Amino acid sequence: MTDTAMKDAWYPVGLCSDLSADGRKTRLMGEPITVKTGPVGAPEVLNADNEPLPVIIRFGHVWTSLGAPQTDLFTIPEADQPSRKLVDVGVVRVKCSPLRAVENFLDIAHFPFVHTDILGAEPHTEVEDYKVEIRDEEDEVWATKVKFFQPQAAKSAEGGITTEYMYRVPAPTCSVLYKTCPPRPGEWDVICLFVQPLTEDLCDVWPWMALYDEDNTMTELIHFQQMIFLQDRSILENQIPTRLPLDPGMEMPTRADMTSVAYRRWLKRHNYTYGAQLVAK
Amino acid sequence: MKLYDYILSPSCYKVRLLASLIGAKLDLQSVDFHPGQEHKGDALLTLNPAGAIPILEDGAFVLTESSAMLAYLAATTAPEWEGRETPDMSAKVQQWLAFSHRLTASLGGARLVEMLHGNGDLDALQGAGIAALRELEAALFEQRLAGQSFLVGEQPTIADIACFPYVALAPDGSITLDPYPSIRLWMRAIRSLPGFIEMPGIHRLHDLVPDPQSSKEDH
Repeated sequence: MTDTAMKDAWYPVGLCSDLSADGRKTRLMGEPITVKTGPVGAPEVLNADNEPLPVIIRFGHVWTSLGAPQTDLFTIPEADQPSRKLVDVGVVRVKCSPLRAVENFLDIAHFPFVHTDILGAEPHTEVEDYKVEIRDEEDEVWATKVKFFQPQAAKSAEGGITTEYMYRVPAPTCSVLYKTCPPRPGEWDVICLFVQPLTEDLCDVWPWMALYDEDNTMTELIHFQQMIFLQDRSILENQIPTRLPLDPGMEMPTRADMTSVAYRRWLKRHNYTYGAQLVAK
Repeated sequence: MKLYDYILSPSCYKVRLLASLIGAKLDLQSVDFHPGQEHKGDALLTLNPAGAIPILEDGAFVLTESSAMLAYLAATTAPEWEGRETPDMSAKVQQWLAFSHRLTASLGGARLVEMLHGNGDLDALQGAGIAALRELEAALFEQRLAGQSFLVGEQPTIADIACFPYVALAPDGSITLDPYPSIRLWMRAIRSLPGFIEMPGIHRLHDLVPDPQSSKEDH
């Protein structure tokens, strides 16, 4: 059993705003689970034998684990700043490896081609050098000093700007993106991709955001993020091989893919292989 | 004119697409369809008791069926899109507008199940969707033999716009379009129209820049 390590991680399994006493049946890493409001009103997650699984409520979502998590779920201090809009984007099912969904989120080079005239535009396709590191103390992957020209970087952006990004992978199927906040220079908008692995090649993706934006309605912010993610979905469902290759040789990375390379290396180091493939297999 | 809109709704996209193709101005009002279920709320149920979007308002005039919206936009702004040159064409346009509801129910239903946690019998929805696609493929093949790129003639009509989005998004419901060459050529013809706009899952045609042939000739 090689995926024990991932069994102990935390995963999003539902929105806190969408819980019922009847419960919603879903899956986590192949195991049937039920997400519901328990007898005393607190969210509850039950496994197939109706036994309770550990639960954390954070970032508007219910989180659980099939194993025995050794660490707390990561935090995002910026998201706790007052007057940010916390946006539950909802859920989108994607027929792809949960790790592929995260890796795509970490990629900048596809913006001009998949999110044309929104997050990128030809001929501004160059990804400038940026810094990638695996931070040992936090045990997270970070990419910083990422800069990219964007025609409409956020719902609140008017006209093209060069946007600065930081990417962070604090858990095997979660990524947090910090990006220039057009209405508040000096602050970062926070955009997260939380991925629930249903199987090794099927996942439910729960995007979530904590933004400074006084001009747009919640609905407009939700639609913007859903539009972006749905543009990715058809690409993700056609990636080959379906499982993310962790060993070199299957795919040829370029300099722009340094974050992806670090993510794969970090996954392999921890034996986070649910949704991955190793050449040696 | 005001459209109650959802960026991921193919039926809303039909109206946005035609408006863009004919240069009609729409004010868009975003509806929190997912996860908010705003279309089932009191305010929108008053406008459309069916609890569905799109809804089109032109002053006090309200429409709740996308085919009717296409007909209204064409009639008020671009009558050539109505396809009424002959009785045959008129009838065929009506035939395809009605047919488009089968696409919505089957392909659209499969898409909701596969993508947004909708309820439904996926196998039955996909089966019905494939049957509709085969019928469309046969009709478009006949059109091509007759030298016509669109459903009802050489020029696009509201019939094409009514059928295009759910067909183009069939892969979202795990239905491949690989077996249907005439459908793919027809979709390419629609995506090539001046003023074409995309929606998530339906990509624009990317220019092949630089064109390798032309650069060879230049040098």
